[in-house]
Amino acid sequence: MAETRSSPAHPRGFFQTFRKDAWWSYPLFTVIVLGAFGVYSLWAAYTGIAGAEAFHYLDHGRDYLSPFYSPCITDACAEGPLAGTITGVTVVTPALFVMWMPLGLRATCYYYRKAYYRAFFASPVACSVDEPRKKYSGEAAFPFVLQNLHRYFLYLALLFPPFLLYDAWLAFQVNGSFAVTAVALVMLANALLLTGFTFGCHALRHWVGGRLNCFSCSNVAKGRYGLWRGVTWFNKHHGKWAWVSLVWVGLTDAYIRAVIHFGPSIDPILFGGA
Amino acid sequence: MKRTLTIFRGTKENGRYEDYEVEQQEGMVVLDAIHRIQAEQATDLACRWNCKAGKCGSCSAEINGKAKLTCMTRMDTLPDGPIRVGPVKTFPLQKDLVTDVSWNYRVKKRITPFTPKTYTPEEAKKGEFNMKQEDIDRVQEFRKCIECFLCQNVCHVLRDFPENKEVFDGPRYMIRLAELEMHPKDDADRIPYVKETSGVGHCNITRCCTEVCPENIVITDNGIIPLKERMSDRYYDPLRMIWRKLTGKS
Ligand code: SF4
Ligand code: SF4
Ligand code: FES
Ligand code: FES
Repeated sequence: MAETRSSPAHPRGFFQTFRKDAWWSYPLFTVIVLGAFGVYSLWAAYTGIAGAEAFHYLDHGRDYLSPFYSPCITDACAEGPLAGTITGVTVVTPALFVMWMPLGLRATCYYYRKAYYRAFFASPVACSVDEPRKKYSGEAAFPFVLQNLHRYFLYLALLFPPFLLYDAWLAFQVNGSFAVTAVALVMLANALLLTGFTFGCHALRHWVGGRLNCFSCSNVAKGRYGLWRGVTWFNKHHGKWAWVSLVWVGLTDAYIRAVIHFGPSIDPILFGGA
Repeated sequence: MKRTLTIFRGTKENGRYEDYEVEQQEGMVVLDAIHRIQAEQATDLACRWNCKAGKCGSCSAEINGKAKLTCMTRMDTLPDGPIRVGPVKTFPLQKDLVTDVSWNYRVKKRITPFTPKTYTPEEAKKGEFNMKQEDIDRVQEFRKCIECFLCQNVCHVLRDFPENKEVFDGPRYMIRLAELEMHPKDDADRIPYVKETSGVGHCNITRCCTEVCPENIVITDNGIIPLKERMSDRYYDPLRMIWRKLTGKS
């Protein structure tokens, strides 16, 4: 006998549930934070950086690059290891050449998938809350079956932490000598948070060792077990890394823009500097 | 203190919620209250239980809309007001709080069981295979399962779409598959089954199963996602497919 969906013991219909707790808080938080980040990051990438010299902030002895623009790869970029890799493109900002890679990592990330399937697709909006659709095939069918290619975004995203660390290193110099500025600390934290997020990736966990069935069967396997444990350490709190690093990257960009706008008075030199 | 329990009574065709009052005593769990009601007010109230220790997995129900073991849910942890107790939703209702969970056993039967590899000469000499702790740790987590089927119940793939029982085995069996696939001495290849029959692709990793598991098994991150990655290796990763063709290695 085919099972029917109606049951006198359970409420049925859009967002119906007997739950009494604040089940809506997580999807609401997600809509607000992911929505705000989405709008801000697209704005930040499209509009360029007003007042900056070729996308870098180079006044008052400083050198700051927004993480959305790193690595800066067109010939419009002031400097940087990859500046000038792409030439003659002026209609779009350099951010648009690189940003899709870390954004793609987040868009296909196993943690964010939970967040946005719940919040934006109501699939399900929260556990044991009725789902407003007639049929469901999840990631077994197009388009979501493409999420299985997440690892390719990982490979690309693994290239980014060195550039962000390099940018942070440049930020720790004022007028050519070592200095600790507030922005430099924020940029360093950003690089580390992004690294922590990337190192906790499930595809990385699988790649470095998870795909083995025996961790103890050879010396190579034992080494990979060590790597797997390392990634597992980051992976345990991948969701937290995801949120904090997401908000932080936006704040880093906003802070650099604020310094461009208001001047170095809001970027105190905490240590060193000429 | 008096507490009202609003308990589902009846069958699929003819059922409703009814109120019962019980005296809440210190340390009382919902299953205690149900037993009290059964003894004193509704002797025909059907419920399933066995161990009252959170280990047999029989007493699953939905308490205030959340899937829980009734024997492990203390009444003083629930918000004031009536406590609603209903049967789990995903399995066919038999009567009151009892559902027919036999679909799960049918799923289990079709999964290739542990298939030991032949001994290496060294192992043959010893007459045994010694598993190392690091290999045990990963699969032992999944062995903690008490088959309460709370995860199957909250999984929206099964809960909201009963027809998906034909195409998706559910989280409990994903960890069973993970446990077998990650076993160093297992020789069977279940990845085609994982993709085609167990339907792991239906899971959208929204993690309700992990949130509900009374044994705190990290079903999604430690079981399902690794299976999805193994499936990707085999079926969705073009570079790996080319590598396999060229080298013959997996
Ligand atoms: S994570 Fe997957 S298996 Fe677990 S409840 Fe969600 S959809 Fe079901
Ligand atoms: S995995 Fe956890 S929730 Fe699912 S049946 Fe086993 S013990 Fe119950
Ligand atoms: S980045 Fe989150 S799982 Fe890969
Ligand atoms: S009665 Fe055994 S788990 Fe609740």
